[in-house]
This record gives sequence, C-alpha cells and structure tokens, in this order.
Amino acid sequence: MSDADHPAGTRRDFIFYATAGAGAVVTGAAVWPLVNQMNPSADVRALSSIRVDVSGVTEGTQLTVLFQGKPVFIRYRTPDEIEAAQSVDVSSLSDPLAENANLEGEAPATDANRSMPPFGGEAEGETSPWLVMSGVCTHLGCVPLGESGNFGGWFCPCHGSHYDTAGRIRQGPAPRNLPIPVASWVDETTIQLG
Amino acid sequence: MAGIPHDHYEPKTGGERWLHSRLPVLGLLYDTLFIPTPKNLNWMWIWGIVLVFALVLQIATGVVLVMHYTPHVDLAFASIEHIMRDVNGGHMIRYFHMNGASLFFFAVYIHIFRGLYYGSYKTPREVTWIVGMLIYILMMATGFMGYVLPWGQMSFHGTAVITGLFGAIPFVGDALQTWLLGASAVGQPALNRFFSLHYLLPFIIAGLVMVHVWAFHSTGNNNPTGVEVRRGSKEEAAKDTLPFWPYFVIKDLFALAIILVGFVAVVGFMPNYLGHPDNYVPANPLATPSHIVPEWYFLPFYAILRAFTADVWVVIFANWISFGIIDAKFFGVLAMFGAIIVMALAPWLDTSSVRSGRYRPMFKWWFALLVVDFIVLMWVGAQPAEGIYPYIALIGAAYWFGYFLVVLPLLGVFEKPLTPPATIEEDFAAHYNAQTGGTHTLAGPAE
Repeated sequence: MSDADHPAGTRRDFIFYATAGAGAVVTGAAVWPLVNQMNPSADVRALSSIRVDVSGVTEGTQLTVLFQGKPVFIRYRTPDEIEAAQSVDVSSLSDPLAENANLEGEAPATDANRSMPPFGGEAEGETSPWLVMSGVCTHLGCVPLGESGNFGGWFCPCHGSHYDTAGRIRQGPAPRNLPIPVASWVDETTIQLG
Repeated sequence: MAGIPHDHYEPKTGGERWLHSRLPVLGLLYDTLFIPTPKNLNWMWIWGIVLVFALVLQIATGVVLVMHYTPHVDLAFASIEHIMRDVNGGHMIRYFHMNGASLFFFAVYIHIFRGLYYGSYKTPREVTWIVGMLIYILMMATGFMGYVLPWGQMSFHGTAVITGLFGAIPFVGDALQTWLLGASAVGQPALNRFFSLHYLLPFIIAGLVMVHVWAFHSTGNNNPTGVEVRRGSKEEAAKDTLPFWPYFVIKDLFALAIILVGFVAVVGFMPNYLGHPDNYVPANPLATPSHIVPEWYFLPFYAILRAFTADVWVVIFANWISFGIIDAKFFGVLAMFGAIIVMALAPWLDTSSVRSGRYRPMFKWWFALLVVDFIVLMWVGAQPAEGIYPYIALIGAAYWFGYFLVVLPLLGVFEKPLTPPATIEEDFAAHYNAQTGGTHTLAGPAE
C-alpha cells in the first residue's frame, strides 16, 4: 500500500492524497472568514481623511485632533523651538529619516523635511513653524506630552522616550521619529489629513 | 484512572449498575474523589483548591456582571458605574470579581513556585506542567482583556501598549496589530472582541484544568520528598497514601477558609488597593496617564519587557546578527515571552536526578534567589523607567534567564544531592507520630 512498495502509486494512494488535499483546502476556506472578520470593517476603513480648522492655532500652541482613532499633533512652533530643531546634526540622530509620508523616498530628518510648509509657501527647503505629526509614541503607542522632555519637545510618560521640537526621537526606547501623515492645505485656515 | 493500585468503583444498587453499564460517570467521580494521595503533602499543596475556587468565583461573578455591562465605547464606563451605584449589591460583586483576579494570580504564582521547588515539573509530570503553563498564559490573556472592559484610562492606554507588543514583530507586526484591534487604533472593534474573548477563555481554562488534573491523576501527585508512591501492590501503596476524600478535601477546605478570611478582608475594606485610580477616569485617546502601570500580577514580566533597551549589549548584538531585524522593541517582546517559555521548558532544562529541592543543598539557594528575583522584578516593574531602575530590571531579567538556562542544567552536574528517603512512609514516620496519624495530642493526665 505504501509508496515504497508501489513506487508508481496506487489508485487508492491517489484517492487518499486527493481527499486529504481537498479536506485541507475546505478547512482553510471555512476558517478564513472567521479570521478575516477581525480585520477593519468597511465603516472603519471609510474614515480615511478629515479636515481640521487651524485658525485657532497661534504661535506656541498646539491642537490635538483624533484622526483614524489616533491623536495627531498640529503645532505652530516658536522661533526658539525652530532654532533648536535646526541646530541638530541629522547624522547624530538614532532615526536619521524624516518619516514624512508627504516626501518621496528616504529623505533625511532635517527640520525642513519634518515641518509642513505654510499655506501657499515653498514646498521644500524652507523651514516652517507648522509641525503636523502623529501623536503616537513609536515605542508602544502611548501619547507623548507636549513641551516636555530633555529636548523641549515631547516626552512619552510610559517608557521615557524623549522627542525634540521637530518630533525626532532623541533618547529612550522608541525606535523611530514620530511619523508625519499625509497633510495638505485646503485654504488658509484648514488642513486636510489623509 | 490512576497508576497507583487502589480499589475501584463497584456499583452496588440496581440503579447504579444500570447507569454504570451505559455511562461510567459515577466510576469517574468515585476514582477522582478517592484517588490515593501521598500522605505527606504539606501546606504548599493546598493552592490547587484555591485556584479552583478562584476560577469558579470569577465565572460566577463574571456571568452576573455581564447582565449589567455594555461593551460599547460610549456606554462601557457608564455601565460600570451603573453596576457600582445602581445594581443591587453590584459594587460588591464587581469588587469580588476585580480582587478575585488578584487572588487567582496570587495563588497561581505560589502554585508555580511550589512546583519549581519540589520538582513537580520533572518526569513523568511534564504534561501536567505544560498544561499548567498554558492555563497560566490563558489566565494572563483573560486578565488583560478583562481589565480593558471598564474602558477607563488605564484600560485604553494599557491596550495600546499591550497590542503594541504584537506590532513590534518584524514584517507582519503592523498587519497583526490591525487585525487584533480591528482598526488602526484601539476603539469599538477592540472593546467588543475583547469582551467576547474575556467571556470565552475562562471556559477554555476550565477545560484545561480538567486535563491538568487528569494528567497528574495519571502519574500520581508529586509530594515534598519527590519520592514516588510504591505501586507494587495495593497494600504497599496504601502505606504511602490516603484517599483524597475526606483527608485532603477537609485539609484543603480548612486552608481555603483561612485564605478567604484575608481575601474577604481585602474585598471589604480595601477593594481598590490593588487597582489604579486612573481607571476611574473615562478613556481619553488624546491623553495618556502620566504613569502607565499594568496590574501587579503582570509586573515581573513587564519589567523584563522594559529591561532590554537599545544600549544593552545583547540587544546590540542581536540587532547586528539579525541585520537590524531585531530592534530593542522586538527584543523586549521576545524577552517577555521567552521568560515564560524558559519556565515551561524547565522539565528538560533541569538535569538533576533528584526531584525535590529538599534534598538539593545548592539548588535551595539558587531557588531562594529566584523567588527574591521575582519579587524584585515585580517591584521594579512598577517604578518609572529612569535612573537606577532599568539597571535593576536588567539584572533581574538576566538572573531569571540564567536560572533556567544555566543554573538548572549545570546544577545537575556539579551538585551532590542528599539521599532522599526510600519511601514516603519512612519520611512520614520520621516527622509524625504514626500512632496518631500526625496529630499532636496533649499529654495524658498520668504517663
């Protein structure tokens, strides 16, 4: 009955393997819907972009909005904060990439690549006071606190990650800079996220 | 059922015979209740009953709480307050359920360390040990998901942190985390499914408990000497054992009564002592509490999770050898799960031929250090991750792994154990007056 006795395989061997194979496929097909139902549902996926009124955000203040269930920080930085962010040597950062979804490829984490250009302003190469970034610590997902930490930026109270005034990880267990979501100006006082 | 020779169930009445020939359920109950049990079991063998009690308590109070709870992000917190303020006796039921989880873990940790000291995990009881470890892992999953349900600040942000652990897995992490949460962030889908699983898992635990009991009823109980019950004949076995009912049931229930005095005192007088005030603040996705701490029973493993930061040399080495795939975050996750896995592998890591720690002079000290290590990790897990604390956590984590991966294998080679007694009867006679069966009687009026 075994393959050793009948190298060519018998009709019964074929039936065994075919039945087992069909059984495996049917089991997989039956289990998959039970697994897939746990993935995000259509209404969750539908909330992919929002518009935010930023007319109330003035120098040195920050707006926190909920986008796709997670906080996004929108900050109008002070000149001191911008200067502190610009004076950092990018090659000394633990994550030297901008992590900016609006930029192509692996842009370096300069302050210009991290900040959002002002309404109608130059797209690149110019530093802007606007910083729009995810408010979720890249370590384990807590919400960092603003205007705190060793670098005057954000500090995550959960496991002690310090981000600077451009949202770049400078100290602590977090592996990456706070990511920057796709964002654009709709008009002078409205930003669209996503 | 048991390998120890003993009298089996004989149906006596006509009705019993009728049932027995169709479904031998009475025989199963009889053999379970009258199982021969080593007569030298000490007070460390009472925690199984405490654990059974805790499981029944949690299921009973849990089923009742569900009658008043609403698993919705806008209503969950309010429904908990409804239970606390409006439902008749609801606050006591919830306090029993909350602190019942602590009783459950308190008992399971002593139960596990009992097994580690007396070598209960060693052959032929590996399956009992592995099933026990599965129960422990399911307990942690159940406990975690239960803590999410009140939808307070700690619930919400604790969920973000714990599901973030799965997000740390290279390549598939983000997809896995999204699948677990049903969204890109913690929200309604997560709350709803955690509620479903929190209701389901205790029944799977109950099933595994039966397998756990079945396994050690097949091998026979371990005992403080680690010497096996003699199985040559029924008479020989009877000298080493006593039936579970009534001897051990009464003893266990007495111990349970003592423990429940302490438990009820905690529930009645300090029900929130083991909780966190932040969880009485409704969940707010925009603000993380200043100091996120898991429940006390997760702290030792939480400390191990946090111990391995990017500047520790093993992390740097793992990062280099894996071409950057294993970063500090993933290493911490591996260490936390690895800490439980090495414990589950103890039956194969312990090379000593002597089972009980009572006869292992060097092992005793290493074991005592492990207990201290566990308590230190629990303490440091509750401290903020700054200053000296990460170093203490790192030393503690290193010893935890060192105990299982280095000390246990090497002790079997270097240690010269004492000779255990030949039989349980001999050990029992050396400790207790055989005439009174171990009861200390007052001296008579005139000798």
